[in-house]
Amino acid sequence: MDIKLTINGKEIEVPQGTMLLDACRKAGADIPTFCYDPDLKLAGSCRMCVVQPQGWRNLVASCVTPAQNGMVIDTESPDVVEARKVVLELMLTRHKLTCHTCEKDGDCNLQDYCYRYGVTESRFEGKIHNLFKDDSNPFIERDYDKCVMCTRCVRACEEITGARAINVMDRGYHAHIATAFDGELEDSPCVFCGQCIMVCPVGALTSKIAAGKGKPAQNEKVLTTCTYCGTGCTLELNVKNDEIVGVTSNRDAEWSPVNKGALCVKGRFGWDFVNSPERLTTPLIKENGEFRPASWDEALDLAAEKINGIKEKYGPDSLSMFSSARVTNEENYLAQKLMRAAIGSNNVDHCARL
Amino acid sequence: MAQEYRVLLEHADKINPESAADYVKVGGYKGLEKARSMNPKDLTEEVKKSGLRGRGGAGFNAGMKWSFVPQYPETKYVVCNFDEGEPGTYKDRIICQKNAQALLEGMAICGHAIGSNNGYIYCRGEYPFVVEMLKKAIGNAKESGALGEFNIEVRMGAGAYVCGEETALIESIEGHRGEPRFKPPFPGVEGLWRMPTVVNNVETFACLPYILTNGADWFAGIGAKSYPGTKVLTLTGDIENPTYFEVPTDYLLRDVIYELGGGVKGGKKLKAVQVGGTSGAFIPPQNIDTPIDFDSMSAIGAALGSGAVFVMDESRDIVDTINRIAKFFEHESCGQCTPCREGTHRCKEIMEKINTGRGTLKDIENLKVLARVMQKASLCGLGQAAPIPITSTLEHFEYEYLRKLM
Repeated sequence: MDIKLTINGKEIEVPQGTMLLDACRKAGADIPTFCYDPDLKLAGSCRMCVVQPQGWRNLVASCVTPAQNGMVIDTESPDVVEARKVVLELMLTRHKLTCHTCEKDGDCNLQDYCYRYGVTESRFEGKIHNLFKDDSNPFIERDYDKCVMCTRCVRACEEITGARAINVMDRGYHAHIATAFDGELEDSPCVFCGQCIMVCPVGALTSKIAAGKGKPAQNEKVLTTCTYCGTGCTLELNVKNDEIVGVTSNRDAEWSPVNKGALCVKGRFGWDFVNSPERLTTPLIKENGEFRPASWDEALDLAAEKINGIKEKYGPDSLSMFSSARVTNEENYLAQKLMRAAIGSNNVDHCARL
Repeated sequence: MAQEYRVLLEHADKINPESAADYVKVGGYKGLEKARSMNPKDLTEEVKKSGLRGRGGAGFNAGMKWSFVPQYPETKYVVCNFDEGEPGTYKDRIICQKNAQALLEGMAICGHAIGSNNGYIYCRGEYPFVVEMLKKAIGNAKESGALGEFNIEVRMGAGAYVCGEETALIESIEGHRGEPRFKPPFPGVEGLWRMPTVVNNVETFACLPYILTNGADWFAGIGAKSYPGTKVLTLTGDIENPTYFEVPTDYLLRDVIYELGGGVKGGKKLKAVQVGGTSGAFIPPQNIDTPIDFDSMSAIGAALGSGAVFVMDESRDIVDTINRIAKFFEHESCGQCTPCREGTHRCKEIMEKINTGRGTLKDIENLKVLARVMQKASLCGLGQAAPIPITSTLEHFEYEYLRKLM
């Protein structure tokens, strides 16, 4: 059943059970959010998405308020604008304002909304928390002096990855994100997938591997498929001057149908080999104990000759094929085909079986 | 002269609250018997008709609350809110210590109305001795057969003020961080363990046996029309008789202070009275000729709340008092939503600044803006009500602020 409501003077129809946030967006209103994430459970806690229902005493958080028939909503009333400005100022008061060196510069909700509402500074005085977490892990930078306490990282860790490595610790103004007993990620159930980085709306969680190599907002984005395993996750390569300088998530199911942006530690952080000077670029053939570069034809001919030699001398079952989970199903199919049809042995195995 | 009118506390100290037999002797468990002879719908209607409204602070019609509970789910819960976290409030403890069986009976009556045999009492962590007593009272009532199939378990809080908010209370019973949930869904539809749940205050439950025994009309005829019945008040602060009283709800605040309370301590002049706990408004002397009922208190910008009455004499420093209150809320904010988590902290900072003579008019302006946003945009009642002491004193006692400015 559809219900009718009026948003900023525009009448729209939405199905019963639609949240106000979705209804407002459908009506063309731009609603700012921090804690809202379409792939995570609702929190309703940042209070940035508040709107004014006509005749109601208080504002409501549109992300957790179901639309009601006949509602008249103003998404930019003076009260709404004042509340959003004050929420931003309250966040700014405790925020480490180092945008010039921040990895998220240009891709930060706090920046965008402050710009939108003309919040240049906070009317409130106060110090930052000094909650920067000097965490020795090589992947995730945890600077909670930039945290806005939206808890998206906590929910992503639990709901997408299932690791439950982090949660809110302490209460009130002293509440902050921590592992159990406020230890390091390495000592927690964290698997360093970096889903927390993916959902962080500000610069509190960033990649240590990509740090200093280029701000994601300024990098060219190239979609590709991760080569680490057969799952086929979509990666968003950050490219600068023809070099990969980072991996970010494309969360659009149309572009990232397999993983919706979620990655594992290898996909998100294991890309620095691409530009490594130690990387092999041609086949190598060992002669007199030393490797020398060779062409593919030469290398394949040598391999075929040796394999045929062994087969002739000792029979096809003296050979076996050990395949890899890093290749696709199709490639694995071809591998066993090569073994059975060309060599004539059923000795086929696979690393994922171990 | 205005008198106390005791219903819940009529037999206080004359019966053993642990003993169901004692309670039966003074007419106890008759209400439950009558309730069980009615069909649940009629029972809910009867409670609605009595006009009984929540005694914990929100003042919602109890029967109405029950009527939101859907009939079809098999598992439902009756939860008693005995968190009693408002500073200066101890009326629920008194009701339990004097008349615990009435609470148990009231919960069982509610259980019959909504179709539940599962009761929980969430008791504040600072009352371990009451928990022991309650457990004995429940054991005794179960043994006597008075409660029938209805079961009650006692759970203890760990000291968080916000766990008096019904959804934070539910989270706490479930073993999570004590943080309020957003509403809707309301507990009546999705409460404890995500099942339909009625959460009522101790005093609300304890009224039910008397409503059932004496009839809804009898109850509706006591005190104020729109908030009938009696209310247990607890007096604290600069008052001659700092104790508890049960009064009809049309009782005047002036009489609470000057008749039952015996007046301001030492014959001093009254400066202000705060009703309803720490988040209540500060009421100036010119407004005390007001009945204590929910709507009359709301009409003067105050709240009956839990029924705590905190009296301040002429020597009290309003700004210093508000500074302490601001500290309290900073400590008790759960930290979930931005306006409350950050706002209570900034309120405390600004109040400290003003109280120590470093404040300016700009600080007062900032305080007003912050208070407005906290009231309008916070997730739960704590953040919405935390600035009320500030705004009400800025309204009635602004000169006390101004004289402390730089």
